[in-house]
Amino acid sequence: MDKPNIQPVLQIRRLNFWYGAKQALFDVNLDIAANCTTALIGPSGCGKSTLLRCLNRMNDLNDAQRIEGTITMHGMDIRAPEVDVIELRKRVGMVFQKSNPFPKSIFENVAYGLRIQGAKKNHLEEKVEASLRRAALWEEVKDRLHDSALALSGGQQQRLCIARTIAVEPDVVLMDEPCSALDPTATAKIEELIQDLKRYYTIIIVTHNMQQATRCSDFTAFFYLGRLVEFDTTDNIFTNPANKQTEDYITGRFG
Amino acid sequence: MELHFDQELAQLKERLLLMSSLTEQSVAQALKALVQRDAALAKKVDADDDALDRLQVEIDERCIRLLALRQPLARDLRLITMAMKISTDLERIGDQASGIARRASELSAEPELKPLVDIPRMGEICQRMIRDVLDAFVYAKPELARQVIQRDEDVDQLNKQLQRELTSFMIEDPGTITRALLLMRIARNLERIGDHATNIAEEVVYLYEARDIRHQHADRP
Repeated sequence: MDKPNIQPVLQIRRLNFWYGAKQALFDVNLDIAANCTTALIGPSGCGKSTLLRCLNRMNDLNDAQRIEGTITMHGMDIRAPEVDVIELRKRVGMVFQKSNPFPKSIFENVAYGLRIQGAKKNHLEEKVEASLRRAALWEEVKDRLHDSALALSGGQQQRLCIARTIAVEPDVVLMDEPCSALDPTATAKIEELIQDLKRYYTIIIVTHNMQQATRCSDFTAFFYLGRLVEFDTTDNIFTNPANKQTEDYITGRFG
Repeated sequence: MELHFDQELAQLKERLLLMSSLTEQSVAQALKALVQRDAALAKKVDADDDALDRLQVEIDERCIRLLALRQPLARDLRLITMAMKISTDLERIGDQASGIARRASELSAEPELKPLVDIPRMGEICQRMIRDVLDAFVYAKPELARQVIQRDEDVDQLNKQLQRELTSFMIEDPGTITRALLLMRIARNLERIGDHATNIAEEVVYLYEARDIRHQHADRP
């Protein structure tokens, strides 16, 4: 696969980011290709999660933050004052490291965002089922939709969070180490799911697991100390990285 | 900080080096047995081939274990996959050396056809190819590997020349057919050794430059 000549969904240009006095991102330029999975890798503190959180303006919640540069989504500046942040977060959904279902039933977890959007009852049931199916969870929960989501296993909870995220039909799904708390079987299911889901959504995943990046991403961006060091197809990054820092990191010889 | 994994990779390289030095030695002894008409030495070369076969299996097992347990990436992945190919090529060179030794043994029972000139020359080039390609591997010198590839053409030329020369011997005197055929096959064994050394050279270039240069000799006849 060549470098992304596929239509980019997100274009990040000269992005700089500060937490108070500490600069966390330096002049990051990156295009995120549509219907592909892009993996962000790099050692802890390299800025990959910060970047991810810029993409749906999660960092707005932090008062001391400062940001410069542009992020456009389908050509629209997501940082423009007229942008409705709630609407943006619907279009750019997020799945976190630790699954965080609401203390409600399985059904209500998925229906939550849809209800806010004012979905009708019939439509609601349809959408919940479709989302659970896409998240590869339907068969496991269809007979207990009204049981508490907290009774599900960790892997199931994470797939439920994915179902909840995709229920509102986002364009982009951000995943911040979605498998770090899961066992290998549950991880394998999520990884399979990521590959299925990119038909419908653009996925950006932060991972510390190199094999996970190789298994489920099309493109990989390596960050170090807040800078984007190398960006290429996952194939190239893991067989023949151009940059020595990248190679040292992915082969476990960093520092 | 040296990783355990680095030590395992160093051990893998050591085993390959051992295998290549044994291979080179087999080629040298096979040629010596031929030139000096030494049937005992020829027999020894043939017997030593077992050691190469065992090393090939051992190296492959090591590589498979490292692939499974270490999930290597980038240069590590290239090293391990190329180690498997290099061991295969070395083992085949060993087989060709055995072939030379067996034919040398047969020839030693016959009167000399002619003083050998071109075959030892081919043999020298081949041995240098093996030595250089392994230096290229150990000291990370892909440019040296590229030179090895160039030299294969000399080996091919000498082989063609020998085939022509030995054919004319057979035409002039049918009594030479058995011996000439044996020498032709020895030349062919050496030509194959050159090809395997070339393969290894290509593998070394891939290892260090991540560029696949196989099947790119468009300039060749």
